[in-house]
Amino acid sequence: MAKARTSPLRSGFVHVALIIYTLIALFPVFLIIINSFKDRASIFRNPLGLPNASSFSLVGYNSVLTQGDFTLYFQNSLIVTSVSIFFVLLFGAMAAFALSEYRFRGNSLMGLYLALGIMIPIRLGTVAILQGMVATGLVNTLTALILVYTAQGLPLAVFILTEFMRTVSDDLKNAGRIDGLTEYSIFFRLVLPLVKPAMATVAVFTMIPIWNDLWFPLILAPSDATKTVTLGSQVFIGQFVTNWNAVLAALTLAILPVLVLYFLFSRQLIRGITSGAVK
Amino acid sequence: MSTADYSQSDSGQDKRARRWHILVFLLPAVIVYTAIMILPLIETLRLSLFNVVDGQSVFVGFGNFQTLFGEPRWSASFWNALRNNFVFFLIHMLVQNPIGVALAALLSVPKLRFGAFYRTALFLPTLLSFVIVGFIWKLILSPIWGVSPYLLDLVGLKSLFAPWLGRPDTALITVSLISVWQNVGIPTMLIYASMLSIPEEVLEAAECDGITGWSQFWKIKLPLILPSIGIISILTFVGNFNAFDLVYTVQGALAGPDGSTDILGTLLYRTFFGFQLQIGDKSMGATIATVMFLIILTGVCIYLFAIQRRMRRYQF
Repeated sequence: MAKARTSPLRSGFVHVALIIYTLIALFPVFLIIINSFKDRASIFRNPLGLPNASSFSLVGYNSVLTQGDFTLYFQNSLIVTSVSIFFVLLFGAMAAFALSEYRFRGNSLMGLYLALGIMIPIRLGTVAILQGMVATGLVNTLTALILVYTAQGLPLAVFILTEFMRTVSDDLKNAGRIDGLTEYSIFFRLVLPLVKPAMATVAVFTMIPIWNDLWFPLILAPSDATKTVTLGSQVFIGQFVTNWNAVLAALTLAILPVLVLYFLFSRQLIRGITSGAVK
Repeated sequence: MSTADYSQSDSGQDKRARRWHILVFLLPAVIVYTAIMILPLIETLRLSLFNVVDGQSVFVGFGNFQTLFGEPRWSASFWNALRNNFVFFLIHMLVQNPIGVALAALLSVPKLRFGAFYRTALFLPTLLSFVIVGFIWKLILSPIWGVSPYLLDLVGLKSLFAPWLGRPDTALITVSLISVWQNVGIPTMLIYASMLSIPEEVLEAAECDGITGWSQFWKIKLPLILPSIGIISILTFVGNFNAFDLVYTVQGALAGPDGSTDILGTLLYRTFFGFQLQIGDKSMGATIATVMFLIILTGVCIYLFAIQRRMRRYQF
């Protein structure tokens, strides 16, 4: 029986198919990165060639780093993403703990209410969100983005963390109670450390859409001082459509942080998706 | 179980004190979620019933909807966007999800070598932002650069090349396929996960009955992953009907050429925020957002009540 599953012909076919799709997935990214290190003539004459001694050029990076404010954009994205993730995890875990640990009237209704946002996208409320941000003077601040992204991330975080917290042993919590721990220390000192893997999964799921979002930065915080990397590269590349070196360099600079993070965390990320997401 | 016992035995004594914890744990999430998400959503629905007359907000009932569906200029662009959005969704369902299922089936072949490498590579495009993906493909498909004709020439198909993004008849399909390229990692990973959760004994039993390979996929694995396919379909639906970023990046806010890639997201952006000569219109923006809300709500309800309930779930 085992033979049928591992016949060399079949596994050969499997590998060919997977390699073809891997090429489709990686080649466009690869093409952009190699061409960003070439001079203008070589970009057009020999787009597929690797940069060599005669075609190597950093002119694109030069114009990006002197003309675009990428360090600031990067910093903005970092602040917005990390602060939002912090609040999503903290508030989400607290609410999940309340929902999974205590019996109270309206518990499942509250769970349902918080889960609504998984299916209904927050973008549909943009008209009123902008109105509210204008009224509170938060337009063109990073706070506006942080608030919106926290609200956007909470539903899924509460949903996933509630499932996980149900699996934390009750004996442990009750032992803590007998030892005189308050409910708050049971949450922060016993339960939170135990759901760390689930928190990591939620962090990744929350991070990707926030880092990549274009809609809310474009509408709520388009000023120069508050542009995120995504909006910044969008505007920058839009201005430099004819300067191919600059466009390719800007794209590579926008891709690199994602690539580095991904190669560091891809194991956890894919394990997180394949373990917790589908229930 | 023991939680329930505990809370019941204990609740008589310090019920009030316990209730305060619950409130403290719940409040931050509920406040942020309600204030930034639910209330604006309700307010948007409410605004769709108002319009500005002489600088004053006036209740107009379904007047805005009458304008949207009745006035030729509005209704033409709305139906165009809706139709394009359906094509966009259909291409995702017909291309992205089958490819995702196929890749997941390949990845879940037992004792697959380099499995971790393939998974890492296949998921990479999904992590890139729409802006990066949009510009990457804009460059690659650009007739000025000539990479795509060059590549097509290698396989002898150069004659097929056309400026796909610039032609009204092919632009929408091209943009949809770019989006498929980016998002195929999501169905792949979710289906891969549910294939991993099929117990070994079930597959072994199938093999004992002589069901292997192809027929094993169709007869054993596919029925077992149907619930995941249902989830992916609804995720695709919701994602597609509020998509915006990719079209905005690749084709601009006007979703050209000639509105051929205009979807509801870009229509909402132009209407609400204004673009070039068009002045932003809050009421009509809210109206379009309301219609989008109803479309998404309908989809989600169909999924929850019609599809998910009829789906058979297997417990192992």
